[in-house]
Amino acid sequence: MKDRYANRKYFMMALVILAGVVLVIRLFFIQVIEKTYRTSAENNVLRYVTQYPARGLIYDRKGELIVYNQAAYDLLVIPGRITAFDTARFNEILGITRTEFLARLKVARNYSRYTPSVFMKMISSETYGLLQEELYHFSGFYVQSRTLRKYTSPVAAHLLGYVGEVDDRLIAREKYYRSGDYIGISGIEKSYEAQLRGRKGVNILLVDVHNNIKGSYAGGRYDTTSVPGTNLYSTIDLRLQEYGEMLMKGKTGSIVAIEPSTGEILVLVSSPSYDPSLLVGRLRSGNFSRLQADTVNPLFDRALMASYPPGSTFKIMNGLIGLEEGVIRPSSIFGCSMGYHAGSLTVGCHSHRSPLNLPDAVMISCNAWFCNAFRGILENKSYSSIGNAYDHWRNYLVAFGFGNKLGIDLPNELSGFIPARNYYDRYYGKDRWKALTVISLAIGQGEIGSTPLQMANMAATIANRGYFYIPHVVKKIGEDGSPSGLFTQQYVTGISPENFLPIIEGMEGAVNGGEGATARGAALDSIIICGKTGTAQNPHGKDHSIFVAFAPKDNPAIAIAVYVENAGFGSTFAAPIASLLIEEYLTGKTKRQYLEDRVKNTVIIPDAKE
Amino acid sequence: MQKSEGILNRIDWITVLLWLVMMIMGWFNIYAAVYNEQHSSIFDLSQRYGKQLVWIFAALVIAVFVVMADNKLYFFFAWLVYGIFVFLLLLVLVVGKEINGARAWFDFGSFNIQPSEFAKFATGLALASYLNSRRQLTAGFLSMASASAIIMVPAILIALQPDMGSVITYFAFFIVLFREGMSIYFFISAFLAVALFMLSLVLGNVAVAVALTVTAFAAMWLVTGRSLAFKALGVFLAAGTLAFFTGKYIFGMKLDLIILIAVILSGTVYAWYVFRYRLKIGAVIYAFLLGGLLYLFTVNYAFTNILEPHQQTRINILIGLDEDPFGKGYNLNQSLISIGSGGFAGKGYLNGTQTKFKFVPEQSTDFIFCTVGEEWGFLGSFVVTGMFVWLLLRLVMMAERQRSTFVRAYGYGVFSVILMHFFINIGMTIGLMPVIGIPLPFFSYGGSSLWSFTLLLFIFLRLDASRTEYLG
Repeated sequence: MKDRYANRKYFMMALVILAGVVLVIRLFFIQVIEKTYRTSAENNVLRYVTQYPARGLIYDRKGELIVYNQAAYDLLVIPGRITAFDTARFNEILGITRTEFLARLKVARNYSRYTPSVFMKMISSETYGLLQEELYHFSGFYVQSRTLRKYTSPVAAHLLGYVGEVDDRLIAREKYYRSGDYIGISGIEKSYEAQLRGRKGVNILLVDVHNNIKGSYAGGRYDTTSVPGTNLYSTIDLRLQEYGEMLMKGKTGSIVAIEPSTGEILVLVSSPSYDPSLLVGRLRSGNFSRLQADTVNPLFDRALMASYPPGSTFKIMNGLIGLEEGVIRPSSIFGCSMGYHAGSLTVGCHSHRSPLNLPDAVMISCNAWFCNAFRGILENKSYSSIGNAYDHWRNYLVAFGFGNKLGIDLPNELSGFIPARNYYDRYYGKDRWKALTVISLAIGQGEIGSTPLQMANMAATIANRGYFYIPHVVKKIGEDGSPSGLFTQQYVTGISPENFLPIIEGMEGAVNGGEGATARGAALDSIIICGKTGTAQNPHGKDHSIFVAFAPKDNPAIAIAVYVENAGFGSTFAAPIASLLIEEYLTGKTKRQYLEDRVKNTVIIPDAKE
Repeated sequence: MQKSEGILNRIDWITVLLWLVMMIMGWFNIYAAVYNEQHSSIFDLSQRYGKQLVWIFAALVIAVFVVMADNKLYFFFAWLVYGIFVFLLLLVLVVGKEINGARAWFDFGSFNIQPSEFAKFATGLALASYLNSRRQLTAGFLSMASASAIIMVPAILIALQPDMGSVITYFAFFIVLFREGMSIYFFISAFLAVALFMLSLVLGNVAVAVALTVTAFAAMWLVTGRSLAFKALGVFLAAGTLAFFTGKYIFGMKLDLIILIAVILSGTVYAWYVFRYRLKIGAVIYAFLLGGLLYLFTVNYAFTNILEPHQQTRINILIGLDEDPFGKGYNLNQSLISIGSGGFAGKGYLNGTQTKFKFVPEQSTDFIFCTVGEEWGFLGSFVVTGMFVWLLLRLVMMAERQRSTFVRAYGYGVFSVILMHFFINIGMTIGLMPVIGIPLPFFSYGGSSLWSFTLLLFIFLRLDASRTEYLG
């Protein structure tokens, strides 16, 4: 029989060849020409695990540990890799509800199905231990370790600051940070972020479809190791800081103590404060809003950011400037009849003996004396106008660090306020104002404002008889690194050392003197403290109590400024607190238990709205 | 003894060699696909690669038995074997074990056997036997219909399991019918039917129905002239308006159904035209239009009601209606990634990351080609594709050298089944075909498929070895 369809064998061959060619062309296209599959393959198997370095530790000036690290773990999830698992058990381990679980998963899924995102931040090491054992059941989840801040003592919250997650603005600005990284947000943590953070590393791992780690990619050739952060030695004396905070319990205000010979800050208290460990880890955001909502505003760093009129402590400055300008002498005598009277103007004063020379005027804090001296400064005939004289007066203050930021190595320092000449020109008209117009400046009231830090710096400058170092809180970076070179640079004030002597004599008298001395409550048997009280007028309520001091009189080791809000006269609370701290610092203990108890147990509820 | 020696001389050793090389390549790729560090020996019998070695040895034994047997056995028992397998396909529907939603397996405790795999050679034999027995060699409609029935009986039984993947491979046997004289129009119609189906999925029923109607009127105009086409259009529009208002407002029918009813309504008027003007060609056009529309509704119904949801999705993904790379398209996407990332020369044996870390599901069975593509790259893929092309061309050559229609038809049966598996399997891994779970012959893991392909191939080799003898 003849096969009529024999020719169809060519069709069969053509069919086979066509099939082969179609497949080969397609294979050539996806394997040789198209490159995207290679990237997808890498995304499939490569997992970039960031190695978070431990943040640098922070020690106090004596080498005592203040801040250290504790291991913590973030639970990450790749939503697209999740397979069915026992969610009940999972939630039980993490201690979350089903609703919470679903909500968290939804957030992660909305972010991306195939890149990891944080499912739960900073789970404890106990939870981590439990979870690690069963993690292989929970495909799609993995754990990344990082460190959390721990504090040896619940103090110095404002000084140390806290660490939190970087925000998107910063991520956009600085290449180093990635979403989920931590960064110092305030205090030392912020200003020394670059030193403390160290350097992140990355491990490139191979994972299989079930998210099991199968080893490192290319034998770890592309991995980078993390470099731990550098340790810092703070200038703070931790014991003294604790003592200061204890004394300030129940009171609003601040303490700044400086070592005059170096500018190192020994104590930096702002009260009310909070336990720094409240702003760590998962509890941070909750606690932060709670603290933020607190009416006594514990997050506010009064030592650096509160500006008060300096009150009578400012008389020191006018005395010094008057002497340097030659408008007064230590022996200059002015009378006081319950105040300073010029025409219709009266600046009241308390009752005291009269007349007084400069040291006594400082000791007794006579308003009239310093009104006379201030008038002398502004009406100095050597200058063509009051305005010019005012400029000179202001320059001295600026040289002391008033009216500008001192440049402390902490963020958010306030500059305070010393009005410039044109401030009054604008207010009263050019050259339409006289010494008497601004006479309240003589006694530290009026428009001027300064921070406790600036007042402590003033005390340190007086202790040094004319110069200061920029106050700073970090002594050493690592074992032998020094902070900014600016901190070893001496700033001179332009006031001759001998002009400090009568002022210091008056400050010595204020604490240790006889009749009329304003701060006798601060006196110590063994050490001569030189101090000056002040009262910052408070338009909203009871005045604030201020005391600045340094000790010992010769070779001073500590200069201090203490503010207690709504405590009335400077001598009532500020002076004893300063005295106790000086005693503690210089002798290592306080003998005056009764005084300590009185201060400690006093609660001054801030009644701002009286 | 004398006889078997003769057979060994006459057997087609090139095919045997291709078969051996493919099995061994498959074995190595299965090892790579399921590689397990705890059981790193390729001979470890607890692992798939160890088991595959056992299946390969068993396949060798089967091959030897098939070759040793008398060639007349296959000719005379073709119908008996076919009958037995049809019975087994019925039986499996009753007592079979359900795996992955298909009642396709006989459970023998330690292993399972899939009768639909083995029924292929039986179908091939029966089909060849039928084609051989025809009195004349012209392809009459009746003989082709009977031949189709031989193919469709097991196909329908398998569709009941349901295992649509295997059903599709049975359609391969129509290639045999084509070689034996089935009209090319049958295949063109089948192709058009598939195209129409795809179009209706992509464009929707209404658009395709409108397009069909427009085409019909255009054809009328071309064939019968303007006046009749306009009259036909007028009749259709009148019927359409009637159908639209009654259909839409009284019965709330959808637009595509309204078009169908309009066509049927106008058909009654049309019948008169046909009678009056003896419009034979007009009747044919009308019949095509009506048939097309009815087909459209049937397949649409079939697609939504008969196909499994996962099969619907796969078809949708293939024709680009569905894009869900991490959902239903996961297999395809991961498969493409793994093959595509192989590059020109591959990542090296046992170095395929996608393979090693099990991103492709079913990689040792249906997706074994991913391992080839990833670890051996384009070169490896080319070699494997080339080997199949070589084998298939060899089968055509062997089939064409037969004197007997029986052996030729059987040879084309083997050719068709292997071609279908080869093209669909590799095609699905690289996104040319929908994901239909069928194995790659001789490569994929699994005893049933390896044995059934070996049986299929070696019966043909045996028959070919005795091609000088005349059967029936």
